Amino acid sequence: MGSSIRASASAAAAGAGDPVRNFWRAFAKNRLAIAGGIVVLCLVVLAVLAPVLAPWDPNRPDLRNMLGAPSRAHPLGTDQLGRDVLSRMLYGARVSLTVGFVSVGIATAIGIVLGSLAGYRGGVVDATIMRLVDLMLVFPRFFLLLAVLAFLRPSIWTIMAVIGLTGWMGVTRLVRAEFLALREREFVLWSQSVGATGFRIVWRHILPNAMAPVLVAMTLGIPAAILTESGLSFLGLGVQPPFATWGNILNEGKDAIEIAWWLSFYPGLAILITVLSYNLLGEGIRDALDPRLRQARRRLATTRA
Amino acid sequence: MLWYALRRLVLALPLLLGITFISFAVIHLAPGEPVDLQAGDLSAQSSAQARQLLRELYGLDKPLAVQYWNWLGRLVRLDFGRSFAPDARPVLQKIGERLPVTLLLNIAELLIIVALSVPIGMFSATRQYSLFDKVTTIFVFVGFATPDFWLALLLMILFGTEAGWLPISGLRSLNWEYLSFWRQQWDFLSHLILPILVATFGGLAGFSRYMRQSMLEVIRQDYIQSARAKGLTERVVIGKHALRNALLPLVTILGLSLPGLIGGSVIVESIFAIPGMGQLMVQAVFERDYPVIMGNLVIVATLTLAANLVADIAYGLVDPRIRFGGRGGRR
Repeated sequence: MGSSIRASASAAAAGAGDPVRNFWRAFAKNRLAIAGGIVVLCLVVLAVLAPVLAPWDPNRPDLRNMLGAPSRAHPLGTDQLGRDVLSRMLYGARVSLTVGFVSVGIATAIGIVLGSLAGYRGGVVDATIMRLVDLMLVFPRFFLLLAVLAFLRPSIWTIMAVIGLTGWMGVTRLVRAEFLALREREFVLWSQSVGATGFRIVWRHILPNAMAPVLVAMTLGIPAAILTESGLSFLGLGVQPPFATWGNILNEGKDAIEIAWWLSFYPGLAILITVLSYNLLGEGIRDALDPRLRQARRRLATTRA
Repeated sequence: MLWYALRRLVLALPLLLGITFISFAVIHLAPGEPVDLQAGDLSAQSSAQARQLLRELYGLDKPLAVQYWNWLGRLVRLDFGRSFAPDARPVLQKIGERLPVTLLLNIAELLIIVALSVPIGMFSATRQYSLFDKVTTIFVFVGFATPDFWLALLLMILFGTEAGWLPISGLRSLNWEYLSFWRQQWDFLSHLILPILVATFGGLAGFSRYMRQSMLEVIRQDYIQSARAKGLTERVVIGKHALRNALLPLVTILGLSLPGLIGGSVIVESIFAIPGMGQLMVQAVFERDYPVIMGNLVIVATLTLAANLVADIAYGLVDPRIRFGGRGGRR
């Protein structure tokens, strides 16, 4: 396996031309990925502009209009307290996207540090870190998340931290594999021979070359984190009301499922579209970076939980 | 082969110890003592009682190493303590009666996923870019992105409340005792249909994808060309030579995706009110029933480890290269 990574890495290195331009050329051909990227951008804009765009105050109850069906005033209907679902979903987008970014950021940071330590140092350090990865992967993620949350007060910060702290194993493996492949390359040997420090070699020389698969892992990690957060909020153990999130709108909606389908339908659809767009974008980026990432794909595939 | 299985078993033992260590670490994650945290959530009287129970159970006033050692000692004797719930039953007993349900659900899901995804992946790969392949690719992407709880809610609206075709909660109808034997079996099965459908959906998408990928890689290999050159029919080439080799990586993926599958039972069991370990876990978290939470975590992780071990050994059985090649082949 190691040798095949090396082989494909050198094949990519041998590819002619500016890598960024090559990437764009390949990416631009993938219409689905571009569509995914555009939707993701739109979602970010909607989330940022939520206070401007939301037709109503997301937390303002209206007791004369409880569980109102979609209408001109409330395009997506109202909930049990008469709050406008569209406005709540716009604010919920902020939570979902923030949780996605931050928790994946945490997971990636941990993964990069542990993965480069394991890959560069090798030996006992490597063995210890990889056993820790194996160990963390033995825990079904939802059980672990719930167990940790039972001891903490659920807030958006703890949710992000906990999702990040239980999701770094895939990136660690990925970074380690890249390091194993790059460690023996000429430019690294050269830096070592002129006396560069280990930190400098890792930070300036190896890591930049290992970032491509990490970028893909991040793009595909964000939708997984969003799904996890909405699942937790749906169980009532994630971000707590009155903060609106797509998950907890669904959680409140499920009790009224027989009379107010819109409470359950739209937030779930929003999650579906978001996750789908991120996945299309991520796969598009990965395919554009191919063939280097064939190996990374298989590794990644096993980390979705 | 026996030697290989034994070596795998020995390698799993430190992980077992690790499971207890992580689970123990979880209790001590909370800022301050878990006892303090709990005080705010319960009434004054019960919190004083719970404080006492927790102190006794985990010996929280002792040094961490001693606490861990004592806890480990009790785990070895399968003593997980008693639930904080009013019934105060032993945790092991509580988990024990829910374990079969979760196992049944997960095994059924696994079988269905494998039975469907292997042919789907195989056909998509051999007819790459055909209509069938395109449709399954769309299904895969949508399947990956569909939140399982949302799918469950939609199905409940569709089958449960609107049409009333299928039961949407629990495992048995209220009048179960009065049904004839066959009616009872059907009643039980019909309660399982929607939960299993939901739990299978996402996994099916993933596995079809892996199977397609794996098959695509295999049919480009030289030995497939030589099988064709030898004059074998396409049926034998694909159905026998290619399929066998394409299934190999699937065994590993199966083992690795078990935690995700088992983790999914939390949501499915909660929505459909199925009395399994996932539902128990959610209840325990709401009630801050720490002994049940810890016991559940340790047991679920141990089960996953055991299932991984089985997958590992199965992989060694079907692929001799792994047995003789030593380590490194799997990852």
